[in-house]
Amino acid sequence: MKYKIFIFLFAILISTNTPANEWSGYLGTEFRYFTQDPRDPGQHDENLSLVFEPEYYHEWDKGTQSLAFVPFFRLDQHDNERTHFDIRELTWLKVAENWELRVGLRKVFWGVIEFQHLVDIINQTDLVENIDTEDKLGQPMINLALINDWGTVDLFIMPYFRERTFPGIEGRPRNQPVVDTDLSKYESSAEEKHIDLAIRYSHYFGDWDIGVAHFYGTSRDPRLLPTVNRSGALILAPFYDIINQTSIDLQATKGNMLWKLEALHRSGQGETYNAVAGGFEYTFVGIFDSAIDLGVLGEYHYDDRGESAATIFEDDLATGMRFAFNDAQSSEILMGLIWDRNTGGKFLNIEASRRIGNDWLLEMETRLLFNQSSSDPAFAISRDDYLELFLTYNF
Amino acid sequence: MRKNCFLPILLLILPLHNAFAETAEEKGLAIAVEADKRDTGWVDQTADLEMILTNKHGESSRRTMKLKSLEVDGDGDKSLTIFDKPRDIKGTAFLSHTHALKPDDQWLYLPALKRIKRISSANKSGPFVGSEFAYEDLSSQEVEKYTYKWLRDETIDGHDVFVIERFPQYKNSGYTRQISWMDKEMYQPRKVEFYDRKNTLLKTLVSSDYEQYLDQYWRPGKMEMVNHQTGKKTDLIWKDYQFKNGLGDRDFDRNTLKRAR
Repeated sequence: MKYKIFIFLFAILISTNTPANEWSGYLGTEFRYFTQDPRDPGQHDENLSLVFEPEYYHEWDKGTQSLAFVPFFRLDQHDNERTHFDIRELTWLKVAENWELRVGLRKVFWGVIEFQHLVDIINQTDLVENIDTEDKLGQPMINLALINDWGTVDLFIMPYFRERTFPGIEGRPRNQPVVDTDLSKYESSAEEKHIDLAIRYSHYFGDWDIGVAHFYGTSRDPRLLPTVNRSGALILAPFYDIINQTSIDLQATKGNMLWKLEALHRSGQGETYNAVAGGFEYTFVGIFDSAIDLGVLGEYHYDDRGESAATIFEDDLATGMRFAFNDAQSSEILMGLIWDRNTGGKFLNIEASRRIGNDWLLEMETRLLFNQSSSDPAFAISRDDYLELFLTYNF
Repeated sequence: MRKNCFLPILLLILPLHNAFAETAEEKGLAIAVEADKRDTGWVDQTADLEMILTNKHGESSRRTMKLKSLEVDGDGDKSLTIFDKPRDIKGTAFLSHTHALKPDDQWLYLPALKRIKRISSANKSGPFVGSEFAYEDLSSQEVEKYTYKWLRDETIDGHDVFVIERFPQYKNSGYTRQISWMDKEMYQPRKVEFYDRKNTLLKTLVSSDYEQYLDQYWRPGKMEMVNHQTGKKTDLIWKDYQFKNGLGDRDFDRNTLKRAR
């Protein structure tokens, strides 16, 4: 029997449909330099890290079935929590005329806003990677997409919850005091085996793109509760509530102007609350008779829990500029400033990237915080300004 | 005998007479309509494309991508471009539902974030992935997008051609006009000159290595675009053209972007 399964798998692997047995991915090295002394003497000013993310892809049955496998490895100089392994993707996909079925671990993105991803909820954030919350852990799921003339309905059953990763004691930037993931607690007695559910409708009408979704299950962002651990030290313990969240994301594409809106209503995590983020992105094509495009972004972020919100986006304006050089090296610079209207705190982000030759990519990133109030969640990282260089070899 | 000869001569003169009555604009339009007619009915098309970007110092970089197109009756075509190289953008996919005069609907898929992003199609004149080809150069060529003027007939490299001037009628074009050397046999361009907004010669495109598919559709094997103002050039090498693959609207919708390879 095992022998037959092996023959079957082998037949799949050598079947001549393209693209068969494709390997790609990247190998990278990251260096971060922190410009200020750390808040905790256990933290460091410099950090070196290696990362490897290969990707295997195979399709068969005239491309209507496929298998993708993306393991992820990081080796970090100082932070034991940041040294980690994850399966970003291990998905079997079956495509039919009116539906698509995906089973396995994967990543799903919802939303249109640039400075935060408010309505994006399917995946857990791999926070040790980057505080921008754009790195995600692979989420186990069964996802059925029903494709109709009037739009796509995605149904998600998520049988296993992934805890958020948090930097360890030597990690930086990180919360103060440190988050101890060994002391995580759940509202549901099923803990991480609680079956989470989601449904999303998405479509476009002319130049309007819309998504409406509902999520029921374990909150991806935990409440962090100050707790004394066994050795008597003050730590933060994650607490995962069962929540209901209804959301909408909307974009109107009017010539060079993109209008964007995301809003959500969440209950089950403390008091019921609403949050909204809206804004625009306008692109000037070919500025100063060059090939360079300049995008100008403006956004407003609001959370009706106000200062008690566990987010830095409770009443904040954000503005940014995106330079796309449209050159052979695909050079890009993105600058963004988030300004807290209540505390006056500012958070400046600069990201730049440029290809070197055909296979190498150099990325630069800097995150600087100014005037952070001790009442703001960003205060914990207010001395963790850093400059990062990230060089990858892509294959 | 004499009388018998007269009728064929008259028949020969009649169409010539019509041709003389036709204005240069009418003749230009008629050629564009004929070219469009001859390139109708291919239903769907896939091809592999290699793009070689060379700067004025002779340094080059390569991109490879797969292109899929679907013919749409009474509207612009749908197209899907899936990048394979450079590797850092592998899996990036660009979906375009083109329209003759109304703005195209365009989406970009960013595989690292798994994000589908609706993008502005107002950027017609900008470079496509850093190349010397603008978005508008690679977009579906609908008759209504231009007004036309026949200039003269010529012979280039032993091929008889119509020389036609065309003027973009859609918004945000980077060109005042283009001059196209249209092969009389294939009704496909052998050469195109692009004039910028100041009406200065900006680029020249030379298409070659044409082959005929399904006994009807001519496709170039090579396209070479030279930018006279920057000294940069981009070569497109087309491979493995395939037609009537059974593709449909579902292969060009937003869901497809997430799994395009």
